[in-house]
Amino acid sequence: MKFLRNQLDSVKHYFEKGGKWEKYYFAYEAFDTFLFVPNTTTEAKGVQIRDAIDLKRLMMTVVIAMLPCLIFGMWNVGHQHFLALQQAATVGQKFWFGILKTVPIIVVSYGVGLTIEFIFATIRRHPVNEGFLVTGMLIPLVMPASIPLWQVAIATAFAVVIGKEAFGGTGMNVVNIALTARAFLYFAYPSQISGEVWTYLGDGAKTVAGYSGATPLALAAQSTGNVVSDFNSFGAGWADGIYNFWNMFMGVMPGCIGETSTLMCLIGAAILIITGVGSWKIIVSVFAGAFGMGLFLNAVGTTPFTQMPAYYHLVVGGLAFGAVFMATDPVTASQTETGKWIYGILIGIFTVLIRVFNPAYPEGIMLAILLMNVFAPLIDYFVIQANKKRRLQRATV
Amino acid sequence: MGKFIRLKKGFTINLAGKAAPKIAKTEPAETVSIKPSDFHGLYIPKVVVKEGDSVKAGTPLFHDKRLERVQFTSPVSGEVVEVRRGEKRTLLEIKILADKKSDYESFRKYTVSEIANLSADSIKSQLLQAGVWLNLIQRPFGTIADPAVTPKAIHISAFDTHPLAPDYSILFKGQDQFFQIGVDILKKLTTGVINLNTHTTSEISTVFSQVKGVEVNKFSGPHPAGCVGVQIHHIDPISKGDLVWTINPFGVIQIGKLFLNGVYDASKIVAVVGSEVKHPQYYKTVTGASIKKLVANNLTSENVRFISGNPLTGTNIGNEGHLGFHDLQLTVLPEGNHHEFIGWIMPGANKLSIHRAWGLFSFLKPNKEFKLDTNTHGEPRAFVQTGVFEKVVPMDILPTHLIKSVLAEDIDEMEALGIFEVIEEDLALCEFVDVSKHNVQEILREGLELIRTS
Repeated sequence: MKFLRNQLDSVKHYFEKGGKWEKYYFAYEAFDTFLFVPNTTTEAKGVQIRDAIDLKRLMMTVVIAMLPCLIFGMWNVGHQHFLALQQAATVGQKFWFGILKTVPIIVVSYGVGLTIEFIFATIRRHPVNEGFLVTGMLIPLVMPASIPLWQVAIATAFAVVIGKEAFGGTGMNVVNIALTARAFLYFAYPSQISGEVWTYLGDGAKTVAGYSGATPLALAAQSTGNVVSDFNSFGAGWADGIYNFWNMFMGVMPGCIGETSTLMCLIGAAILIITGVGSWKIIVSVFAGAFGMGLFLNAVGTTPFTQMPAYYHLVVGGLAFGAVFMATDPVTASQTETGKWIYGILIGIFTVLIRVFNPAYPEGIMLAILLMNVFAPLIDYFVIQANKKRRLQRATV
Repeated sequence: MGKFIRLKKGFTINLAGKAAPKIAKTEPAETVSIKPSDFHGLYIPKVVVKEGDSVKAGTPLFHDKRLERVQFTSPVSGEVVEVRRGEKRTLLEIKILADKKSDYESFRKYTVSEIANLSADSIKSQLLQAGVWLNLIQRPFGTIADPAVTPKAIHISAFDTHPLAPDYSILFKGQDQFFQIGVDILKKLTTGVINLNTHTTSEISTVFSQVKGVEVNKFSGPHPAGCVGVQIHHIDPISKGDLVWTINPFGVIQIGKLFLNGVYDASKIVAVVGSEVKHPQYYKTVTGASIKKLVANNLTSENVRFISGNPLTGTNIGNEGHLGFHDLQLTVLPEGNHHEFIGWIMPGANKLSIHRAWGLFSFLKPNKEFKLDTNTHGEPRAFVQTGVFEKVVPMDILPTHLIKSVLAEDIDEMEALGIFEVIEEDLALCEFVDVSKHNVQEILREGLELIRTS
């Protein structure tokens, strides 16, 4: 390590003011601080000690929280593939298949995103912020395994440039960057990210007789009778019970790479909450909002979808993933503590509303979070006004 | 009746090197120094002594052009050896070489019954003349109290929750009478009450439990429960137009001594603490004393930082430095000027964070003492709102929005968000926990000065 440190120190002067690569200082700084925690100390006045956390560690904790989803998702990609083709495969084979499909998506996402980050940091002369550590992992997890890599690249570039850098970079963006990428693909290339694309089949692969790639949400939207019995009878002959409640909770079903398993999302949520990195208020209130709205529709609704038991809303689609990893994004969420409750509950409510009443796009969590991202500053505005009002009321002048 | 207030938010930083409960003997300090930078609200200090002048304890050294009545006096008797100035001849400090005699300027002595009949004006002039006035701090802004005003109330925090803070029952042991007289005198300076705020969990010294004529409020909870600004917020918050004063119990006792004994007694007990101190304990010294004698043969390593005050709000004074005017604590911590290979990702149980992103199982050892150094653990980054400021501010104040309004220099917004209720120490924890490593206290002070001078 001493050698590496010496190497870094020996080239440092090229990047410092007056050096020949001066304008690349922040690119150097990013590498240097990535390898070594810097030797800077606190200033003479003010705090003399600092909390051990920094933005890198914070972001890394979120990435660690996503690992259960990623690892499970890799296996699930393989599992669904072999299930649809009815080929026998061991756990190892399924996993290996999943790795082959997911790792390229992750590499493209990080590669494109970080390149843009470095370019902007150099042009704008600001440090490379580590927010993309999380975004770069979130983007693959909300993509189907069958997504073309060039689409991942374009979506990532669009999201980072238009979603973030156009607003001033990390900490300034209005909407969640990973969801921007996904929404971009949804509206620009709908055929690759909606419909029955969720299982990677391979070119010209022959699926088993009776195979259908419909997701639970699509199934519920088309249901004419009882949604639960439609779920339970789905997959008969080739994947019995694939959409029963516990199977959906576990996440052994088609879907985006990382978001099928409610269980894995809950493990991630536990990591975020215990480490204090994610806001439990938002996670809890999204679930509560969705469940409450589900109950309400059960009581007043007439279509089959409204009659789906409320707890099913918590395991179908990407609600759990969105609640744990997307809604909690500190930059785009509501920033006041009271506001977080309102923000989360509204996301839950809108998710269910969009699912049930918008047959064209049954998955509501993405649009609900994007919508509430836009409204979060308004919620904060009212919370802040209330705080100011309390102060003004007791003032005498 | 006083209030009972239970605070939940906050974070007590448990550091290694707490002071043992005993007062050790040490040689008297050779030099003492008075620094204008220990006070807020000064305009231009005007020096009235020259190098080589001999002074007594209580002899005026300088005063401010705008607060002419407030005298900055010498804590000890001796010779003025240095009037140190910086750029544009700003006064940095006045250094006095202490002699062995300990001569005092004599002020008028009063008996207890005479004190009961004293007028506010005669109290003020004696306090101002002797330099004891400097103990009074005015809120908003945390400046030296303005003798021309009458505050709404006076607040005294009877405990300190800062990391490695001294135990007040040791610092002020046996000073009951002086504290009582100090309180009686202060009561004449305000139209309101004297609030004495105590902690529920620590043992309360008789100095505070026996005193009469105060409202006793009880607080529980982690740091910053001991910060007087937090306490005021819960007792009687400062609104626009309000003026309140705060004073440390040390100042109250000094007032008592001034009126009963007729001298400016700058002697104080300080805690010398920190993981790098061989014998962390209490020492008797004086205001502004050189730290040389306190740390001589008392350190366990060499690459250390000497902090006058506590690790959250203190000042790095160097190995030849002098204690700050208000400080009752000298902290010695290891310097963190070293690199750490991929330290941001390695797991480790010896790092302290309010986020349990380090040592996930740290809650199993709640009483673990940490040995922290001065490394920043990361470099400045964009302001990312993580909700962590809100976890350490036990007040109805939105710290993130307040800090952002200061950065935007929006005075109306700062006022509406409650900048009048806080000074640096109240938000120091925000600076400690900040993921993006901003200097929150410095930013807050800029906002306060912007309003004060506008």
